[in-house]
Formats: sequence, structure tokens, C-alpha cells
Amino acid sequence: MTPKAPVIDWAAMSPIVALAGGACVVLMVGLLRSRFVRAQVTPFLTLVTLGTTAGLAVWQWGVNTEIVEKALAIDDLTLSLTMIFVAAGIGSVLLSWRSSAVVEAGEGEYYALLLSSILGMVVLVAAQNLVAVFLGFELLSIPLYVLCATHMRREHSLESGLKYLIIGSVGSATLLYGLAFVYGATGSTDYAAIAGAAGDLSDDVLLLTGIALVVAGLAFKASVAPFHQWTPDVYEGAPTAITAFMAVATKAAAFGVLLRLFDVALIDLAETWGPALATLATITIVVGNVGAIGQSSIKRMLAYSSVAQAGYMMAGVVVSTRLGVRATIFYLAVYALMNLAAFAVVLARERETGLGDHITALYGLGTERPLLAWPMTIAMLALAGIPATAGFFGKVYLIQAAVNNDYGWLGVVIVLGSAISLAYYLRVIAAVWMRSAADAPARPPLATGARPAIAGGSAEATEAAARPRGVVHVEVVVVAVVCAVATIVFGIYPDPLLDVARDAGAALTSLV
Amino acid sequence: MTIHLSILLFWPLLLAVLAGLSPRGIAPFIALLGALVPLAYAVLLLVDFDTAARGLRYATDDKWIPDLGIRYSLGVDGLNLWLVGLTALLFAASALWIALRPPERAKLFAVHFGIAETAVLGAFLAQDLALFVLFFDLMLVPFYFLLGQWGGPDRVQAAVKMVIYTLVGSLLMLAGAVALAVLASPGATPDFSLAFLRDNLLGDNTQKLLFVAFSLAFLIKMPAFPFHGWMPDAYRNMPLPVLAVFSGVVSKVAAYGFLRIVLPLFPAAADDWQLIMLILAVCSILYGSIQAFTQTNLRLILGFSSVAQLGFIVLGIFALDDGARGAQGALLQAVNHGLVVAPLFLIIALLAARSAGSEDIRDMGGIAFRAPVLASLFLIVTLATLAMPGSANFVGEFLILLGVFNSKLAIALIASTGVILASVYALRMYIRSMHNRQGPAVTSFEMSMGDALVIVPLVLAIIAFAVFPQRAIDAGEPAAQGASQAVTGAAR
Repeated sequence: MTPKAPVIDWAAMSPIVALAGGACVVLMVGLLRSRFVRAQVTPFLTLVTLGTTAGLAVWQWGVNTEIVEKALAIDDLTLSLTMIFVAAGIGSVLLSWRSSAVVEAGEGEYYALLLSSILGMVVLVAAQNLVAVFLGFELLSIPLYVLCATHMRREHSLESGLKYLIIGSVGSATLLYGLAFVYGATGSTDYAAIAGAAGDLSDDVLLLTGIALVVAGLAFKASVAPFHQWTPDVYEGAPTAITAFMAVATKAAAFGVLLRLFDVALIDLAETWGPALATLATITIVVGNVGAIGQSSIKRMLAYSSVAQAGYMMAGVVVSTRLGVRATIFYLAVYALMNLAAFAVVLARERETGLGDHITALYGLGTERPLLAWPMTIAMLALAGIPATAGFFGKVYLIQAAVNNDYGWLGVVIVLGSAISLAYYLRVIAAVWMRSAADAPARPPLATGARPAIAGGSAEATEAAARPRGVVHVEVVVVAVVCAVATIVFGIYPDPLLDVARDAGAALTSLV
Repeated sequence: MTIHLSILLFWPLLLAVLAGLSPRGIAPFIALLGALVPLAYAVLLLVDFDTAARGLRYATDDKWIPDLGIRYSLGVDGLNLWLVGLTALLFAASALWIALRPPERAKLFAVHFGIAETAVLGAFLAQDLALFVLFFDLMLVPFYFLLGQWGGPDRVQAAVKMVIYTLVGSLLMLAGAVALAVLASPGATPDFSLAFLRDNLLGDNTQKLLFVAFSLAFLIKMPAFPFHGWMPDAYRNMPLPVLAVFSGVVSKVAAYGFLRIVLPLFPAAADDWQLIMLILAVCSILYGSIQAFTQTNLRLILGFSSVAQLGFIVLGIFALDDGARGAQGALLQAVNHGLVVAPLFLIIALLAARSAGSEDIRDMGGIAFRAPVLASLFLIVTLATLAMPGSANFVGEFLILLGVFNSKLAIALIASTGVILASVYALRMYIRSMHNRQGPAVTSFEMSMGDALVIVPLVLAIIAFAVFPQRAIDAGEPAAQGASQAVTGAAR
């Protein structure tokens, strides 16, 4: 008797295969001795892998199929999110290219981890099965724990990695616990089967506990308050290229899985979890915006801002309509652009001035480096939701989705949050345009002595990492400018992105 | 004739981008060109406009973002015709002033200045609610930069305060606008076009909520008492040529918003809230006037006088009398106030140059003696400000008060004291700065040809308007009546 091989839909699987294969190849090539190969060829191969993945995703657009015994859905929602991951990955690779973190960690390992993290994200957002969810979740997280600590001698970076590892593990455990409860209550790990069983279980304690735990676990990843505490510390300590990647891609992945889980598997319980998530969204918007106000580290500020933005996007999940999915996807794409632009500028100034990511590093940017000043300005205005940037339509879309399903008050919360957010976004713009470099303090405001020592860290390495290199790398400027231009273009002509979002929304057939 | 408005709207923006890319020396002149062409266009519009016709003229209506239900829809009618003309005139005058006195970093200045003109024109021309909100919010950005980078000593704080204050209102309006469109088209893609929303009014309670959101945005923007907290700092620090257009037209966008959006879209709510709005208006008039004759900084005298004048405009809008006289007067007064306040702010710069840089009337005095031409121009503008009979401002205030007399007599009686107060603060300002004993630091001299080139045309416009106010009234009459009677007709 010959065993019958399973049918494999290679075409639908191709983006995942490309990522996995690319990660292996990059890892192997990184083992070569040649300095040139390691420093230049590995990032290039990473970019090729990401480009291939994007190409395959475009090829599979509109196919909407399920693979691996229906555990993974390769539909337009997955593919549109894959595009966001790829964009974040490309941005991150370009920002990492000449970073000292990559050399310290080993080029092959660094880029291979980045690719496997993206692979985890794709699996996570495609998952239609609780086991696949957890698999993707861990595949996403574990490489990131390492990547956060890739400035291997810098105390901040190590602390960031450690913190992320501990808190991330708690999040994973919570999620796993919750998934087990959901399985216990419904008797199935498959989304379709859960959806079938859940309708009759709307007051089942086991299921509701499970859902609550799942929400908590995913909220850790999406940095939704009150599970956001790790965010500022980790964002601040991680290498900036990795922070940019986490801020953009991890958030998109977490929202991808939230959308699919709640709008497919648990759609019949929408009246139960809707108000709860709406409350979480409100708390998140308030906590994020208020927390960001006093921050002098731009990375911390952007971390809190990402918390607040997670709150806005939560509104798209809460409403459980296709419009909500569309609004969330649109906002995620726009959010990726504006954050990449902002982080690119922060990175450029870190390398150039030696002031780290302190706000004084931006002083005088407007007169010195208009090519960095304008992207930063546009990114901040877009994050605040000012018209003529894509951020404006992102907010309009979310508010529309909220009002459309009787969550009008959530729309009001969003705009009030935006109003608060101006206080800190404008502070950055004021630093860029309305202060001169002469106002900045001469010494870098590093508080090295104040921190407890961490194993493997050294103050010298921290100092060395902060030493100004006095150059602006062209690829960093390119990332900033391209993202800023795209933010403006989509702010005037958002149709292409809206089309993508519409297809993504249509992929969830369980919704109206 | 449809393409015209888009050219008018985007020409300043286009030239702003060009100015940003051009050599420093010629950037202000490109900006000037960016402001003069819209002026020529606006004059053409004014001449060509048929006052007898009703409805929108030169309309442009294209799909823009179908998924969100937003259309690119522009049009001119009697309501915005003269305000568009005012905007083009004031921006041109200000651009000329800037070209004659280029600021530091002139390229960047020109960029923001051009964006500002496009945003203001866009807010006036938009016939789609989302487009209006977009331009209304966008307006703030260039003024934030102009204030924050070229302003006085407290510019950064003043700029942040201004933005946060006004955007709280604007963002609530954004939420209100989205809610309005979604609720007006249940089950379908929302439609933001004003014509559609006028035909599909919401229920009374929803109207009331949305009325508050929109009114708050407009009252803060004006600013009206008690929402004027951002005004003193912003006015004290904003560069004067920018302040001239800011005070001249940006506050008018808010007044226009009441006529274009609030009255037609929320008629039931407007009828309900009429008394509250009238009381707010009277408070603005009294508070603004009293502040104006206690302040000694010229910018603040004018700032608070604007609060009072905008109080009159709100008063007229919410007079809601049967003949819609109040609304007509408000519309006329909006143009008048813009015409007088812009030259006054530019004259402050001239006065400050003669009193060792001080803008305080206590440091001035006796300037008229050696500057007779300046003094006469200043006098004409001052008399127009205090609504001297014979000026167009008199006609405007008269119509407003007539409208209120017909609807709410008591309010009208209180408000009419504002007319007297206006003459007190305006004459005080003029006498203390131009006459009296010469201040110790004052060295008076006559205005230059360049200054005259900016201010004389503005004064001529005031005189022309005083002689022929009828044309503006005729053009505005049907539109203002339409707005006002949307309320009176629906409610009574």
C-alpha cells in the first residue's frame, strides 16, 4: 500500500514558502566569511525575498482559498496584511542596513530572524484554527525578542529584549490559556466549527472566560491598554529599525488576528464582546494620548502614540462590519507609512547627532535638513489626522464605520483623542521648525549611571553606540521621503488603498 | 465655465510649491503672482456674476472618493461670491506687503502663505461637507507654521494654543459631519454633498447635537466670547501681514459656515438655540467692546474689536427675521469687517515703525503731524470701523439691528449699545496714536510709496464699497434669504 500524499496548493502557499525559504537562504549566506557578502548580499537577498513575497501576494490576489485542512486562509485580508508586513520589512531592512546592531548580532541571523518574524505574522493573520493562531503568534514573537536585544552590549537594548521576552511570554501564556478554554467550550479548534457552536453559548462562562483571556493575550501584542506597559520601554531600548518594524508590522498582525477571530469565529457573540472591546478602545485612546504628552524621547512618544492609534483601530474591530474591516485595514496601511517615515527620521538623527532619540536631536532640522524635516512634519500631521494627509481619511473612515453601527460615541472619543494628541505631535513639529540647533544642549542627555546594571551590558558600549557619526545615510532619507510622499498622495487620492481595503473586507464572508 | 474655480482654488498652492523650489530672492514675487492671479479671477467673477440668478454658478462636481461618499464639488453663489473676492484681495495685499518687505526664510514663508490661501478659498468654495471640513481644518496648518516660525517672542506657545483650541472644535465638527452624512443616508454609502444633506434633514434631537458640534467649531474659530482664549496670544505674536489675512478672512469662514451649513442643515435646532446664540452674540459685542477700550496694545484693541464685530455678525445670522435682513446684514458686515481690519493691521506695522517698534498706544501720539497721508488713510479706515453713517459698515450694522429689532426687540436694544461702544474704542485708538502730545520715542515720517501701494487700494475698496454697497447686497440677498428662511420656513 502506497501512502497517499496530501494535496498541496502550492500556488496559494507560495508567499509563505517564499518567506520560509528566503529566511533559510539568508541565514546560510550569512555564514560565509566574506565581509562584503555578509554586509551587502544578505540584506539584498532579504529584500529580494520580501519583493518575491509581495509579487506572489499580488499574483494570488482575489483567489481567496483555504489551505492546510482549512487551517490557513489565503484571502485578500491575509494578502493585504502581508503587503503591510512586507512594506514594514523592506523599510526595516533599509534602516538596518548600515546599523551597528546588525554587525553585532551577525547579519545572517539578524535578517533571517526578521524574515521568520514576518513569516509568523503571515501565518497568524491567515490562521483559521486556534492551533495555527498560536503557532503564528510564537513564530512572530520569538524572533522579535531576540531582535530587540541585538545591540548586544547596550544596556537599553538588552533591557528591552528581556522585558519584551518576559511580558511577551505572559501574553503568550494568557493567549494559550484562553485558546484552550475556547476549545473546551466549543469542542473545536476550527473557526468555522467554533462559529457554529458559539451561537448557542452566549452565556457560557467557560467560553466567555476564554474570550477574555484571548483578548488579553492579543492586547499585549497590539499594545492595547491596560496591557501596553511594556511598549514604551521596549520601543525605546530596541534598535530603531526594529522599533519601526514592531510598531508597524506587529500591530498590523495583532489587528489581523483580532479581525479574523472576532469577525469570523465569534461573530455571533458580537453583542457580548462589542461593548467590552469598545471600553478597551476608549481606555487605550485615553491612556496612549495622555501618556505621550510628557515624553522627551521620541521613541517613547511614538510608543504611546502607537498605543493611542491601536485604540482608534480597535473601533474598526468593535463594529464587526465589513466597513469596520475596511477601515481598519486602510488605517493600518496608512499607519505603516506615517510611522516608517517618523522612525526613519529618528534613526537618521540618532546616527547624525549623538543625541539619541531625544527631542533636542530634532532642533534646527527645518533649516539644516529639509529632506528629513518635511517627512517628520508630514508624519506628525498625518498621525494627528490633519487633512491632505492619509491620516485624515483614515480617521474619517473609522468614524464612519463607528457611526454606521451605532457606536457614534466611539467616534467622538476618537476625535477627542486626536485633539489631545496634537499636544505632543505639535511639540515635535515645533522642535523641527521653531527651534534652532543652538537651543539644543551640548551634552547628550544620557542617563547611563542611573540604571541598574544588566548582565552583558556595558556603559562604554552604550556610549559608543550613541557617538555621533555625523552622516546621513541615503537609504534612510529615501525611506522617510518615500513614506511621506505616499502619505500625502494617499491623502489626496486614497482610492488605490481603499480598493485594497474593500477587497480585504469582502474576504470575510461572515460579515455584512 | 466649470474649470474656473479649480484654477482659482489651486493656483496659489501651485505657485507656493514653485516658490519653495525657486531661488530665495524671487520667492516672494512668485507668491505675489500666486495671489494676484486669483484676485484677477475673483474680479472677473464679481463682474460676471448675474445677481438675478439663483443657485450655484460655475459649479464643479466630480467624483473624488466614492468609497467614502466624498465629492469634489465647488460652486459660487451670492453667499460666498463676495467673500471669495475679499479673500483674494486681502491675500494679494498681504503678498504685496511681503514682497516689499521679505521676511527671513522667504521661500518657506511663501509656501505656507500659498497653502493658506488655497485652504481658505477651498473652505469658501466647497459644496461638499467633507470637502469643507477638510479645507477648514487644513486652514489651520499654514497659520500654525506662519505664527510659530515668524511670530513674536511667545510664538511657539501661542501657536500650539491656537491649534489645540481651534482643532478641538474642528475635530468635533469632523465627527459631526461624518455622523450627519452616515445618518442621512441609512444603509447606503454616505453622501456628503450639501445639496443632498439639505434635502434629507435629520430628526430634531440629532440636529441639536450636531448643531452644537458645528457651532462650537465656528464660535471658537471666530472667536466669539467665551471661546476666545487663544486669541490674545495668537494676535500678539502673529506677524502683521499674516494677521491681516487671518483676522480678515479666517474668522469669516466661521461666519460663512453658519450661513452655509448650520442654518440650512439644522433648521429645527437653529430655531431652538436661537436665543442662546443671540445672547452669546450680545456677550461677544459687549465683552469685546469693553476689552477693546481698555487694552493699550493696538493688536489687542483690534482683536477684541473683532470679537465684538463678529458678535454683530452672529447676531445678524441668528436674527432669523422674516425678511432675512439680519442674515443679509451679517453677510455684508463679514465683507466689511475683513476690508477694514486688514489695512488696520498693516497700519499698526507702520505706526510701530514710527514709535521705536512699540505697538502700545501709550508710546505713540502725535504721529499725524508729520504723516498727513497716513493719518487720513487711517482716519478713513477708523471711521469705517466704527460704522460711520455713509460707510458700508453702517449699512451692515443697520441691517443686522433691523433684523433683530423685528425678531427679538430686547436683544436688539442691548446690542445697539455696541454701536456706541465701537465709536469709543475706535476713536480712542485713533486719537491716542495719531494726535495728542508726541510720544517720547516717536519719530514720525510720511509713508513710503511702497506702503501706499498696499494700503491705498484697500482704502479705495472701502470707499467703493461705501458708495456702492447695493451690488453686494443684491448678490447676497437671495442666498442669505435662502439660508435664513430654511429655518424660519421650516420651523414656523
